[in-house]
Order: sequence, then structure tokens, then C-alpha cells
Amino acid sequence: MLYPTYTRRSDPFAVMRSMLRDFERTSPGRATQPVFPAVNVWQGDEAVAITAELPGVDPADIDISVKENVLTLSGERKAPGVPEGARWHRNERGFGKFARSVRLPFVAAEDKVEARMTNGVLRIVIGRPEEDKPRKIEIKAA
Amino acid sequence: MTNDVTHTADKTPAETPETTTGRRIYRPLTDIVETTDGVTLMLEMPGVAAEDVDITLEKRVLTIRGKVHATQPEKLQLAYAEYGEGDFERAFTMSDDFDPDKIGAQVSNGVLTLTLPRAAEAQPKKITVTAS
Repeated sequence: MLYPTYTRRSDPFAVMRSMLRDFERTSPGRATQPVFPAVNVWQGDEAVAITAELPGVDPADIDISVKENVLTLSGERKAPGVPEGARWHRNERGFGKFARSVRLPFVAAEDKVEARMTNGVLRIVIGRPEEDKPRKIEIKAA
Repeated sequence: MTNDVTHTADKTPAETPETTTGRRIYRPLTDIVETTDGVTLMLEMPGVAAEDVDITLEKRVLTIRGKVHATQPEKLQLAYAEYGEGDFERAFTMSDDFDPDKIGAQVSNGVLTLTLPRAAEAQPKKITVTAS
């Protein structure tokens, strides 16, 4: 098998991924179970934000809880309603319960957590509490 | 704690030529179900709004494109990433018997559902063989 590396020189893992995909194709019984949902973490002086891709999940089925400095995201991906006698051609999407925890750099106050869902992308913004913010220390003249 | 980086996301970049803008293009994960009336496709395209989906059916090739709105929160920097953001693109070769005017498309919670009813004239016609 040939793996053209010159087409994606910017991505050193592209060859590895395409090899893995070929391997998966030859062994269809082996189901890959990646961590769901994938999260991105954003940081700033005033807040921390977590974004997660949750396509097909109803916002009502998502549960977000914060305990001290751990944020937990859980819920369920429901399988689509398929009429009786339907034949599956492809089933690439996953379903079922999921849960993920993310450790925050500070203890979050409950009233400073804000979550919003747009087009299947969840965004949670956690405001940094005042007492955690860096304080400027003045130097006194001797 | 499950915040270790043990797996990568199952979103895979599409095997297409490079884009001019340098943005990545992903292949949306798809479920395809066939019923008696036609075929239903469900494509996962998180971050794509209904008005940013482009569907074309040309010479049996059904092409689906979705433009993603970047979700960078204001004044924040990306500290840790498990998924990349980029547009979605995927094409399927269909059988001939779909009516392009009757294709239904709907986006909800980042999932595009396409319903392709079979054309009426494509219902199988039985040919009787007479014995001579």
C-alpha cells in the first residue's frame, strides 16, 4: 500500500491516521470507541471556556454540574427513530450515555457558569472568581 | 478523571485537495437508512447552521457542504484542543432513481437529515414472461 506523504506535509500524523483507517476497514468487527464528546478548553484572564461538539444531542438531555474545581458533562445521545423494516446502509455515528469531567484551574462559583448550545456545539463559560484573580502588589519605598 | 488525552476524536479530515484558505475540511459522520419510501441520510455537522448547508445532486453525485461558524469565545485563548474546527464536505454516489426536486433537508442540533424519496416511475415494474 502506498501512503502519499507529500500531499499533507503539514500534518505528521496524517499517514498514521490513514494507516489506522485502512486497518479498520480490513477488520470491520472492531469498533473504535473514542472519548465522547471531544472538548476544547479556552483560557483567559477573566474566564475559562469549554466547548464541546454534541451533534444530535438535545440540550435538555445534557447535564452540566460543577463541584469545586471539577466540571462534569454528561448526557445521552439517543439513536434516531427508524421505521420498522428499515435497512441500515451505514452506521458511523455513535449513541448512548456519555460523561466527561474537566478539571478547572480554580474553584468555580455556581452563579458564574453559563452554558449555551448552538447548532450542536456546547459552550460553557466559567467566570474566574475575584479572589482567584492575580493581585498587583505595590512596592513601598523604604 | 477522564480528561487524559488517551484517544483522538473520530472526526477525520476529508481526503480532498488542500483549501486555499488553509482551513481544514472534515468528513461528516453519516448514518444511512433505507426504508420502503426512500433513503434517509443523517450527517453530523456540529457548528453548521441551516442556512450554511449546501446540497447539490448532479449526475448521480450528491454533494453536501457545510460552513462552520468558528466558536472562539471573546478574549480567550485556546489552551487545549481535542477537536479541530473546519468546514464539512462529503459526496455520495446515488442510484439513478431519486427525484432531485423532492429531496428534503433539515438541520437540528448540528445534524443534517436528508430524505430522498424514490421517484414514482422507479417503482419496480414486473415483467411477465409468457410461455410460447
